[in-house]
Amino acid sequence: MAPATSILSIEDLSIAYDRDKYAVKNVTATVRKNAITAIMGPSGCGKTTLLRAINRMHELYPNISTEGKIKLYGDNIYEMPTIELRRKIGMVFQRPNPFPTMSIYENVIAGYKLNGIHLKRSERDEIVEITLRDVTLWDEVKNALHKKGTFLSGGQQQRLCVARALAFKPEIILLDEPTSALDPVSTAKIEDLLVELKQHYTIILVTHNMSQAARISDNSMFMYLGELIEYEDTKTMFTNPKDPRTEGYLTGKFG
Amino acid sequence: MNSDKITKYILFGASLLILVLAGGMLYSLVEGSLPSFRVFGWKFLVSPEWNPTQGNQHFGALAFIVGTLFTSIFALLVAIPLAFSTSLIVAEYFRKTWFANVVSTCVDLLAGIPSVIFGLWGFYALRPFIVSIGLSHQGFGIFTAGLVLAIMIVPYATSLSNSIIMMVPNELKEAAYSLGATRLEVIWNVILPNARSGITASYILAFGRALGETMAVTMLIGNANILPNGLFSTGNTMASVIANEFGEASGVHLSSLIEIGLLLFVITAIINATGKYIIKKFA
Amino acid sequence: MDSSILQKRKTMTTTTHFGARSFKSRLFFSIVLLFALITISIVFLIIGTLAAKGFRQINWSFFTQVAPDTFDAMMANASGKIIPGGILNGITGTLLLVGLASVIAIPFGIVIGIYLYENATKRYANVIRDITDVLQGVPSIVVGLIVYLWVVVDITKGYSVLAGSVALAIMMLPLIIRSTEESMKMVPTTLKEAAIALGTPYYKVILRVLIPSSFSGLITGVLLAVSRVMGETAPLLLTTLGNSSVNWNLAKPVSAVPLLIWQFYNDPNMVNLIWSSSLFLMGFVLLLNILSKWIAAKKSIQ
Ligand SMILES: Nc1ncnc2c1ncn2[C@@H]1O[C@H](COP(=O)(O)OP(=O)(O)OP(=O)(O)O)[C@@H](O)[C@H]1O
Ligand SMILES: [Mg+2]
Repeated sequence: MAPATSILSIEDLSIAYDRDKYAVKNVTATVRKNAITAIMGPSGCGKTTLLRAINRMHELYPNISTEGKIKLYGDNIYEMPTIELRRKIGMVFQRPNPFPTMSIYENVIAGYKLNGIHLKRSERDEIVEITLRDVTLWDEVKNALHKKGTFLSGGQQQRLCVARALAFKPEIILLDEPTSALDPVSTAKIEDLLVELKQHYTIILVTHNMSQAARISDNSMFMYLGELIEYEDTKTMFTNPKDPRTEGYLTGKFG
Repeated sequence: MNSDKITKYILFGASLLILVLAGGMLYSLVEGSLPSFRVFGWKFLVSPEWNPTQGNQHFGALAFIVGTLFTSIFALLVAIPLAFSTSLIVAEYFRKTWFANVVSTCVDLLAGIPSVIFGLWGFYALRPFIVSIGLSHQGFGIFTAGLVLAIMIVPYATSLSNSIIMMVPNELKEAAYSLGATRLEVIWNVILPNARSGITASYILAFGRALGETMAVTMLIGNANILPNGLFSTGNTMASVIANEFGEASGVHLSSLIEIGLLLFVITAIINATGKYIIKKFA
Repeated sequence: MDSSILQKRKTMTTTTHFGARSFKSRLFFSIVLLFALITISIVFLIIGTLAAKGFRQINWSFFTQVAPDTFDAMMANASGKIIPGGILNGITGTLLLVGLASVIAIPFGIVIGIYLYENATKRYANVIRDITDVLQGVPSIVVGLIVYLWVVVDITKGYSVLAGSVALAIMMLPLIIRSTEESMKMVPTTLKEAAIALGTPYYKVILRVLIPSSFSGLITGVLLAVSRVMGETAPLLLTTLGNSSVNWNLAKPVSAVPLLIWQFYNDPNMVNLIWSSSLFLMGFVLLLNILSKWIAAKKSIQ
């Protein structure tokens, strides 16, 4: 598979939590810009670990060891300050996690506050409005901007979290099963949103939900026991999987 | 009547003991204070003069109220950085590691050391040190008592804040890290705002402890019945004056000491109730 | 999408000082670590001081003889000998005081704790719980004053073992009540329900199910309460005063180890005895403390 323009290249990446227990083994892949890349695989196969390695969130665990490289536009991310990297690569988590002590408004610009960047009032207002419009939340919350984000529904909270990640204009957004805690209607809204967002951002999405991957992703990875078994154009993978393990997973034999 | 009912009545009956104890304490303190109150009235609270000499007897508690507040507030101000740091080490930086275990065990041991031993250590180890670096002449006073008091209340200030800091959801910290925050920024913008009320409550409870601490303070404050005029001044706290003069007191003198006890009882009850209320309400 | 703000945000991203911020973060960590080390080093300093100075005086007579009087101590000091005598009157006094206090406080504490557990949501129980918390915060010297008024003045007409024990019991009571309630909460409700479903009388459910299955929690709470009051000095000054010989009469004054420490502290001739008594007291209290934590930890592993 030859991506049109690549933004991220993972080169022989291996990650172990304990000395010999590899959660990710020798993964090599290139991620296409302005596309949705899905990561699939059975539980415990290393999806989350791989995703977190992309913005180095996996380093928060003690005793973790990482071998190999990930290059963002050709620069090795393991040689950048994490602060800088994480601003270029945003993240959305499995469970919506808006900051409960902050209002909706403050949540959107939380990245600026956390990074100690002072904005003028008008700039803040502008960023909040644009970003909330981007995640199609503006009309729902514009009259409640200064209420706590935790009063929103689960789906709204998750869109708020996407907004929080977008407010910095990252290059890439990582999402780890962002809809697994949501109802079908909210899930559909997030999916539409992701398809909309890929015009401006590169999206990497971990999902357990095969039909979700089929519906919205352009490329798909299939992982098994830490290895990247197959990486294909999504349509090709779903219609014509090369590896029997991929086929087994897609036809529901395991996972 | 069946046995279940009897059991229930016994349980309920025992619970009355708490009411009787609390009510009885208040009643006895008020009753014991009356002779003093009849003589000095409300002036007791605002008069700084305390003179037990027969014939010139005059009793006012202001010097001790000020001494108590002064010592306890100073102790709290010293204790907060120590307690806050140990909490962060135990509940955040080294959470669930052997080092966190060592630190929290040490703090637990600190809580177990008797007050009189803190007093001895302050007298024989800390006081000479304070004299030798020239901070004070004799080494007695608010400063020395406050320092030892600060160490004594650290365990009370940390025990609750540790668990509160531990309870801040990991997901929120991760969200902040994913936005590029440093650890300090995560502590300041995520952990503190989420744990604020619990931490405040534990410092209030620690303050309540400081107010009533007796032996260590009595041994270090210099026992002068004067309004303290500075950090290095000698003085007396409400608790220390009771411990000091109780043995020789009788009549109005004794009643005045009991009235000070009543004041201390009421103040600590209010402080403790406030702390517990904050915990219940916000944490 | 407004492109000007997009542009602005891109430039901002590149202009903040990563270095300064991570330096600040590391500096903060160093300060926090320093303060924590100061705190724990004080524990070692205190224990070390007591051990170094108190070790020499601890010998056989330390446990078998009563405290010397000032004159004997002065003579020994003058001739450079070790002060004769020990702290037997203090040790027996402390055992008597704490033992009697436990006899008073443990049954009441456990029964009231069970009451709070059984009626967790009742309004009255909440009031009792709040008052218990307030009682726990009453300064020990105030407890001493109150027991002086209750027991010393009205019952024993003088300083007495009974008065001291009542004071210590009042201080133990809230601790035992709350630890009983907390450890009962840990008992799986299914266990209790199973017993009730079998038609077991209520008191048997308490004696056969609740208490046995929370037993180690109860022990932990009691040990912790004992270790808290064992070193108390202030309330004893107001209730038992002290005694130069061993006393087992509940209506008479008695000594206690912390009272002896206070007495030695106030007597320049006795200084050398301070350290051994303090070392002994602290060792005993910390041992109880550690024992209770150990039991609690062992329980939570199971
Ligand atoms: N913090 C950790 N410490 C040690 N081992 C871990 C840790 N997190 C994950 N692992 C192990 O690493 C392997 C990969 O885990 P990972 O969370 O990446 O899987 P996943 O594909 O995201 O699973 P799921 O679909 O359940 O989310 C698993 O075997 C897991 O047990
Ligand atoms: Mg996962």
